[in-house]
Amino acid sequence: MAQHTAPATGGSSLADVEKASSKARNETIVRMGKFILRRLLAGIATVTVGVYLTVLIANMGGALDDIRRATIQEGVANFIALQALEDPEIRAMSQEQRNEMIAEQIALQEKRFGLDQPFAIRSFRALGAAMTLNLGFADQMVSDSGSKMVRNIILERLPATLVLFGTAYLLLFFLTLFGGLALSRRYGSWLDKGIIALAPTSAAPSWFYALFLILIFAGILNWLPFGGMVSAPPPPTPWGYAKSLGFHMILPVTAIVINAVFSGIYGQRTFFLAFASEDYVDMAKAKGLSNKAIERRYILRPTLPPIITSFAFVLLSLWGGAIILENVMNWPGLGRTYGQAIGQFDTAVIVSLVVVDAYLLTFTLFILDILYAVVDPRVRVGEGSNGR
Amino acid sequence: MINWKEFRQYPSAIAGLIIIASFLAVAIYTMIAIPYSTALELWRGGESVVEGNPRNARPVWVNWFTQDDLPATTVLDSRVEGVAQFEFNDISDDIDEKIITMDFDFQADQFFPELTFFIEADFIEKQPFVEISWITPDGEEIRAGEVTPGSREIYRPTQDERVMRRLDTNTAEVGFFLSPGTLDQPVPQKGTYQVKIAGLLFEEESDFDVKLVMYGAVHGIAGTDHLRRDISVALLWGTPIAMAFGLVAAIAITIANMSIAAVSVWYGGWVDSVIQRVTDVNLILPGLPILILIGTLYSRSIWIILSAVIALGIFGGGIKTYRSIFLQTRELPYIEAAQAYGASSGRIIFRYLIPRIIPLVIPTLVTAVPAFVFTEASLALLGLGDPVLPTWGKVIENARSQGALFNGYYYWMLEPAVLMMLVGVGFSLVGFALDRIFNPKLREI
Repeated sequence: MAQHTAPATGGSSLADVEKASSKARNETIVRMGKFILRRLLAGIATVTVGVYLTVLIANMGGALDDIRRATIQEGVANFIALQALEDPEIRAMSQEQRNEMIAEQIALQEKRFGLDQPFAIRSFRALGAAMTLNLGFADQMVSDSGSKMVRNIILERLPATLVLFGTAYLLLFFLTLFGGLALSRRYGSWLDKGIIALAPTSAAPSWFYALFLILIFAGILNWLPFGGMVSAPPPPTPWGYAKSLGFHMILPVTAIVINAVFSGIYGQRTFFLAFASEDYVDMAKAKGLSNKAIERRYILRPTLPPIITSFAFVLLSLWGGAIILENVMNWPGLGRTYGQAIGQFDTAVIVSLVVVDAYLLTFTLFILDILYAVVDPRVRVGEGSNGR
Repeated sequence: MINWKEFRQYPSAIAGLIIIASFLAVAIYTMIAIPYSTALELWRGGESVVEGNPRNARPVWVNWFTQDDLPATTVLDSRVEGVAQFEFNDISDDIDEKIITMDFDFQADQFFPELTFFIEADFIEKQPFVEISWITPDGEEIRAGEVTPGSREIYRPTQDERVMRRLDTNTAEVGFFLSPGTLDQPVPQKGTYQVKIAGLLFEEESDFDVKLVMYGAVHGIAGTDHLRRDISVALLWGTPIAMAFGLVAAIAITIANMSIAAVSVWYGGWVDSVIQRVTDVNLILPGLPILILIGTLYSRSIWIILSAVIALGIFGGGIKTYRSIFLQTRELPYIEAAQAYGASSGRIIFRYLIPRIIPLVIPTLVTAVPAFVFTEASLALLGLGDPVLPTWGKVIENARSQGALFNGYYYWMLEPAVLMMLVGVGFSLVGFALDRIFNPKLREI
């Protein structure tokens, strides 16, 4: 970086070079910051559009309004009932008077929440509520701790999903990276051909492989559990808990890996092969650098940004299958919550889950974008900083 | 357009083509042989349609692989010609006796899981009195029940305490077929059994008929599910649905992506950047969750879901790929020539740009089909399958919710899963070969 800017300053003294170097570092930070900010804004815009779409779909069925009306009604009824305990005036009222009072309060509350306003305004209000994760109350479902707040229900199950898919995605990333690298070295071998032949297996989602894995390893061989996250009752010690968790994670993680690993390795390998035929790689070979050094400096470095991008798309395509996988494996995460919410027809929870999914996906992509900025020299140095 | 000679060089592609062709043939056959209404009747008709089917029976071909022969469903109906011998006796002035004797041969190595007599009686006031005897191959006679049937009586010996008191076993199904001396580890006796049903008729016009259904441990080519439905109905009808769903979605989305990419490249400028941004947003939208939302709030009809899948795919990732190809195509001299002679933008897009990349698109299209078949199954697994139609996904969902893998009913899960896998393999093989034929550059890497 220093060399890059030093000639511009025409520096002769050491102080000049140092000054230039620190200036370059500052510029890099600014550029990175700009890049990340741009990505963040794009991410927020995407989430907004996605959530607004969700709001629109949900509202056309009137579901969101129904949810809010029900929330208000319940709240008012509870409030009056509580008031009645303390206020003798309310207690003295007849049932009709009390109902009238409740209706009055409900109308007031609905006005307060803007339910008397036209749909266009209300939809943006709903958008605001969803964007701030102000998710309201569930119709039927209750969190394990007994809360009816959708936020609590979702927060309770989020860790299970994150643990499972975090592990699987991490494993997948390194498997495809090193698998692809290894394969590009053995280009044309039977192993190479075998992996290419297996690449279309990704057409089937992860839950599909989970069915077969359960059949073989749980049904026939009886080695691994049929599903669930920990054995029941959960082991009391943290170590025992972790062991049980790991044991239960084998099948779902394997299913996700089988689903994506072959096409992933295939894609990576093609990247590496394309970059391995660049002139500067030949130059490095001519210089007599070791294969390892060539791979690390001349192949891995320039391919890392596109690999991260392609991995982002792998994540996107895996997400749908992941929801079903949790249902197949009885994994108590967000996907399983979808299944339960559909079973109980709990629209409030379903709408919120879609919103949370939009957030999760965007957040994952944002993280990958930052990684991209870190590994992509163009973003740091500023040449062609318009990114991909 | 497709060079058949070249295609034949890929034996795997031929295999794939045969698989696809068989699925299409099955789809057409199903729609002709089992009309929609018949299929619905068979699948959703309830008790009366399926009362002759066993519950959770394996498919018949299981017997080819197992050492022990499992019994197949056997029905003995006295109304069917040649099944039963009748004997009529005059007992007194107003009492007649009708004896129905039915023989059957039993050669399986395991017991029937369920055994039911359906007795239909005609009478005005006085019901007939029916006595059932069960004669085993070694000549032992078991009193299998005394029934006073109504007009339509269902009699299960296992549920009759008087019968069970005479047997040493837990169920009549085992007791009636038990080989002597194998009470500890019950083994069925092979040979010819005889069922004798003697009924006393107390009225002039009175009559009765018996249908004995011995439910098999194997039934039909696909087995049955927990509601006694023949799974083959769902597998057969799932074929045209899966094919239609996959093909329509893949074709519609590919055409839409291609056209949008062409428009985007040709007009460029703000049109291009708007389309690019919309695609970016669409890529990150959680597709399946939105489908779940639609399935829950509106309709689970497979055609609504199909439309939603297509709508979500219109601005799909394909646009990015096609766009980069169109960007190169746009610069080619023949486009300039078309412009020079005054072709309109629409003409250039649809007559010059799009046809040029069709060879590139067809392999992608073929390979995309199975993904949509799996999408349907994914929704079905969440309980959002079509409420009326039987599909492969719904069979898997039923199997899963009934614990098929846990209870060892592997066939129930495997049959639809293997069909889906075959669809995936077939389309992948063909797509892969087409890719190599149309895009020879790929052969280098």
